[in-house]
Amino acid sequence: MTRPPDERRRRFLAGSLLATGSLLLGGCDRLSRSGTLQPLFDASEALTQRAHRLLASREALAREYTPADIAPTFRPNGTTFPRERAYMRLAAGHFRAWRLEVDGLVERPQAFSLEALRALPSRTQITRHDCVEGWSCIGQWTGVVLGDLLARVGVKDEARFVVFHCADRFPGGDRYYESLDMREAYHPQTLLAYALNGAPLPIANGAPLRLRAERQLGYKMAKYLMRLELVDSFAHIGGGRGGFWEDRGYRWWAGI
Amino acid sequence: MSAMHHPTRDRSKTVIRRHSLFTRLWHWLTVLCLVILLMSGLQIFNAHPALYWGKDSHFDSPALSIGAERQDGEWRGITQLGGWRFDTTGLLGVSGPEGDRDRRAFPAWATLPGPRWLAMGRQWHFLAAWLFVPLLVAYLLYLVIGGRLRRRLLPRTTEWRHLGTLLIDHLRLRFPRGEAARHYNLLQKLAYLTVLFVLAPLVVLTGLTMSPTMDAAWPWLLDVFGGRQSARTLHFLCAVALLAFFVIHVSMVLASGVVNNLRSMITGRYVLPPEEESRHDPTS
Repeated sequence: MTRPPDERRRRFLAGSLLATGSLLLGGCDRLSRSGTLQPLFDASEALTQRAHRLLASREALAREYTPADIAPTFRPNGTTFPRERAYMRLAAGHFRAWRLEVDGLVERPQAFSLEALRALPSRTQITRHDCVEGWSCIGQWTGVVLGDLLARVGVKDEARFVVFHCADRFPGGDRYYESLDMREAYHPQTLLAYALNGAPLPIANGAPLRLRAERQLGYKMAKYLMRLELVDSFAHIGGGRGGFWEDRGYRWWAGI
Repeated sequence: MSAMHHPTRDRSKTVIRRHSLFTRLWHWLTVLCLVILLMSGLQIFNAHPALYWGKDSHFDSPALSIGAERQDGEWRGITQLGGWRFDTTGLLGVSGPEGDRDRRAFPAWATLPGPRWLAMGRQWHFLAAWLFVPLLVAYLLYLVIGGRLRRRLLPRTTEWRHLGTLLIDHLRLRFPRGEAARHYNLLQKLAYLTVLFVLAPLVVLTGLTMSPTMDAAWPWLLDVFGGRQSARTLHFLCAVALLAFFVIHVSMVLASGVVNNLRSMITGRYVLPPEEESRHDPTS
């Protein structure tokens, strides 16, 4: 009637559970390094992107905040002071000699000075910046709507991505770059921003011009912009994955 | 009393079919998902080991932060919760073998992957989430539409009267036996209902609130949870609550007959624990 003491059985079970656990963990680390699961990870990213495209319409806007919500200092991340000689010369001259080249699959390749960009119709928005690390910061951005600029240069039908080439090399040696597809590029809140909180964009935050793509994580929002290139594929650029961090294992779809 | 009324029943084993095949499959796949989600979640947390309340991060006043400080030439792990400071060296902030200490919020044995690797942690997290969420939705529908929710999980009004005794019995590790073990007791029902219909949906929705694209698609998420950083904090608290459930759940399984319980979740067959005269409460 009284149950047999199954102390030994219990200890054996606990032991095997622990052993299985550590084996699984070691296995997971090995799986992470070997790339065996990469097709599954790729499928999950594709699923995420598709779900986002289904749920967030072309026009669905990121939340815009009130002036009271603006953070006292907008936290800079990544490169905060490019050391490249060409960039430092431009900065020393208050970016008067700086030009944004727009080329690739466009009808009329053009270079824009900061004055020329400031003369174009602008948009000001108070939005939340979400870093892939997990923190958020709210700031007010003013700039040219990217879609307006693209309309000016005339995008060819074959173009599928806008590639953003930057001035800075992040420690690691490669030049920073990023890419957006045409749907995010033409989003009404996607800006080439030259002002933060009503003042010229500080160097720490990407002077003279940075990208704002408000439905994406921070690493998409390239700083120190030098050139926009319209392409049908980014396979030949950098590591071929569409961005500096993407070449280092982060996903191209940065909506989550 | 019932032992006297049914003297033969105590000697013969009563075997019931406790869990359907779908329930068993769902259970073990969900265990796998939750372990991966928790550990990869801690890897992601380690990239910015602080929690805030509100729309954005007030870096000077986190609700919780885990960091490291140098004291007398030695790194100490410091965990701050509101105004409280704790030295958590060895577990949080600073961990790893003596002499080869690592400065990281959660220790390597608790994160997936073990080394600091945010990009990989995210891939594991989202892959497991894509398995966990459809399984959860399917299981909740199965419970509701199949009538199992009403038959097995919703407490009957009469049950509440015994809540006190049931609680005391559980704390003394005395569990219902015989016919009373045929159905979930009130504490089990409340625990499973809370996990399935409160914590699990909450952990999913607060997770989605951290996605900037989802915030554009469903802006109400931000209003419901009081902002993205509040949602991140709630997501963390849900994970802590799920971990607490896991610990209690496994302890109860161990304390109330590990073989019988495990078998019921593998083969579906559960032997009703026989009534015992020695356990019979003479006062009842």
